[in-house]
Amino acid sequence: MGARSGSVLVVGVGGQGVVLSSAVAADAARRCGFDVKQSEVHGMSQRGGVVTSHLRYGDAVHSPLIAAGEADAIVALEWNEALRALPALRPGGTLIVSVERILPPSAFLDRLHGALRYPPIAVDLLRGTVPDVRACDATAVAARAGDRRAMNTVLLGVLSRVMPFSETAWDDAIVANVPPKALGANRAAFAAGRALQADDARRALARLARSDEGGDARRAAASLEIVDAWCKGEMCGICVRSCPEYCLGFDAEATAVRVTRADACTACGLCELLCPDFAIVVHPAVPA
Amino acid sequence: MSSTGESSSSVLLSGNEAIAQGAREAGVGVATGYPGTPSTEILEALVRSDPDRDVYVEWSSNEKVAIDVALGAAIGGTRALVTMKHVGLNVASDTFMTAAYTGVRAGLVVVSADDPGMHSSQNEQDNRFVARFAGVPLLEPSDSAEARDLTVAAFEIAERFDTPVLLRTTTRIAHARALVSVRPARRPDRGGFRRDRPKYVMLPGFARQRRIVLLDRLAALAEYAETSPLQRVELGDLSVGVITSSIAYQYVREALPEASVLKLGLTHPLPARLIRDFCSRVERVLVVEELDPYLEDQIRALGIAVEGKRFFARAGELGPDSVRAGLRLAGAVAETAAPAAQQSPPTTPRPPLLCPGCPHVVPFLALRQLGAVVTGDIGCYTLAASAPLEAMDSCVAMGSSIGMAIGVRRSGGASAPVVAAIGDSTFMHAGIPALVDAVTNGTDLTVLILDNGTTAMTGGQAQPGTGSTIRGDPSTRIDLAALCLALGARSAEVVDPYDVAATHRALEKAVASSGVSVVITDRPCVEAPVKVRDTPFAVVAERCIACQLCMNLGCPSIVWDGGLYEGRRRVRIDASTCTGCAVCAQLCPTEAMVPLTGTAAGDGR
Repeated sequence: MGARSGSVLVVGVGGQGVVLSSAVAADAARRCGFDVKQSEVHGMSQRGGVVTSHLRYGDAVHSPLIAAGEADAIVALEWNEALRALPALRPGGTLIVSVERILPPSAFLDRLHGALRYPPIAVDLLRGTVPDVRACDATAVAARAGDRRAMNTVLLGVLSRVMPFSETAWDDAIVANVPPKALGANRAAFAAGRALQADDARRALARLARSDEGGDARRAAASLEIVDAWCKGEMCGICVRSCPEYCLGFDAEATAVRVTRADACTACGLCELLCPDFAIVVHPAVPA
Repeated sequence: MSSTGESSSSVLLSGNEAIAQGAREAGVGVATGYPGTPSTEILEALVRSDPDRDVYVEWSSNEKVAIDVALGAAIGGTRALVTMKHVGLNVASDTFMTAAYTGVRAGLVVVSADDPGMHSSQNEQDNRFVARFAGVPLLEPSDSAEARDLTVAAFEIAERFDTPVLLRTTTRIAHARALVSVRPARRPDRGGFRRDRPKYVMLPGFARQRRIVLLDRLAALAEYAETSPLQRVELGDLSVGVITSSIAYQYVREALPEASVLKLGLTHPLPARLIRDFCSRVERVLVVEELDPYLEDQIRALGIAVEGKRFFARAGELGPDSVRAGLRLAGAVAETAAPAAQQSPPTTPRPPLLCPGCPHVVPFLALRQLGAVVTGDIGCYTLAASAPLEAMDSCVAMGSSIGMAIGVRRSGGASAPVVAAIGDSTFMHAGIPALVDAVTNGTDLTVLILDNGTTAMTGGQAQPGTGSTIRGDPSTRIDLAALCLALGARSAEVVDPYDVAATHRALEKAVASSGVSVVITDRPCVEAPVKVRDTPFAVVAERCIACQLCMNLGCPSIVWDGGLYEGRRRVRIDASTCTGCAVCAQLCPTEAMVPLTGTAAGDGR
């Protein structure tokens, strides 16, 4: 696109306010006399999934989608989504990111080892490939401005410094798109974001590092000792129903419990704890 | 196309809002539909634009009913709009195919919102073929401005040729926003019903006459298509000519700003002479279209050598990248070194989830423990098929769960209990006839109706169990249990899905009984119509033995940063998203989950 044109990709997680942010930026572009197209996908993504919104502006815009490697700026409301969106950024483009970590249940699937499946938040490392990273803890900034939920508008404030839209256009767009009762907080959040000079993410990074201590303990599978003579089998079934890993079942006659998924046992000991007949003993594997 | 000069008088509208706007400007009198992504927002925008209630708008119980209501309204003399997603037209097609015979009197516009790429759908059928199949005109806008224009044009064409018109959008039209210049809404005309039995009573004798009318009308429409202002020839560089429609046009213009383009807005019937003329002017013709080779095959059938799907994928959504790549493959754009795009470091997948406090979770946890074969249906609860619930074995089409459960049962192939799991809106849509089938044919079956009182998947639209209309007016709420019993179900037990033990017991009892047993889980959706936010729970860290039982709920509020117990991850509840449903607290063997009393919902750290 030419000089009087550009594109912004806004990304985040359902419920964070991606669509509203993009709508405000689109409205600001329109108020500056640009042709505008904006595209997002609704539907299943509302359910805690990834939300992306493409914004393109210029003298005349055709495609509502940004081609790979052509976004002038990415506004990421969440760290993992920032990394996912990176291929959209043009060389030399700006990545505006809140060091927000929203962990999806899919990050907790490795129960055997407790390894968290989430990319490390490493802003400095990212600067090696994306020189212009503007990271902040937008939620903390928004909280200081009056309402933590206005974190998306903090990032718009940061974005406003790299977009050719007038401050009046931004303010009018916020007034037109934000619900009246949240207007004050959003205006304050925008101003706070626009005023952010350097990175404001150090404290958040330290907090996230602390909260992620531990885990990833490599453990071998445990073994279960079941005393058949004491086990009531299907008459009871408490352990079969309560095993968090669905490791247990019954033998052919359903008179005693058997381990059916030994590999998945985390040695949590719940079966031993709940067995009314003391028929199960869990032996955690001894490290070699 | 919008330009900078007129932007001050223009508004940013999504394609769906633009269709509603166009319908209002055309004086629509009755608008119906069934919610379905990406079509849902059309009727919602129409309601918002009509505080004076000039237009009768309804969420119909299904798409077939919706088109029947709209056809009746058109025959009654007022312009009618009916909206649905692409697969909804399958449901409505019984009426749609024959409405092409009867004609419409006042304009009838049928909107089909297709979903290339299946962002929120079970298939990506290309409904342009349905227009051809039925013999009705097909309009395809390429952005919001055209969505408005073509909606207005569709009503005019419908009346001029006395035919339903199919207006086909796609996700990228429906949910993209662009500048649209708008005009004031028009109050609906009420032309009045005029009796005309040979036209509207499709007894074979009359239908045979109407079949001839349909064919004559198609010939007239083909003539109109040649000169319609909806077709646009943009002559430029004559070495390559592109024939295209819908969103593909935008990607082509972006990649080939100088090329000659035949941009079709009316794609059934196709303008044969216009296409021949265009092709004769350019050295080589490419057809760029999303999904199936609808244009390409028909143009080739005219005896014109064109190329298309050789270069462009037939599966999935097109985009600026894939269109440029296809044009490069075809040699229509210069081979340029692709810019060194950023590589994305490894990221965590983020599939859609059931919300914190979702009332659909517990019944599926119970079904998994019962080892049931679960035929599922269309709705949020289809997500129970994925980890960690993994308690659904099929999902095909609206209402299919019950019929398929009968089939699995009758196949003799299932040793475990067979349970059909269906949402309340889906049950009203297409589940009732299947339940009748199970009862009258004496099939032993358990039907789980997940009653959350709304159409949650599409954003919380009213349905027969909601007790209100699309405008929020109170209406009669259908009593599901009474309905099922009236249809002959042996039992219809209503349970609270937040009561883990009661839900387990109800399902256990139901699968053990003979005949058709119905279990109805009754809890409102936590997101609509009101956001349910009860006192959040917190984990008493020292009580948590890190057993992970609560993680089997897949609740997004339960996370792993509560430290370790014997080397395993303790859990923490994010109080800012916890709805206080108390389900995890019932599962927890050490009573570690307690209500966060005396504290405002905060971050919980």
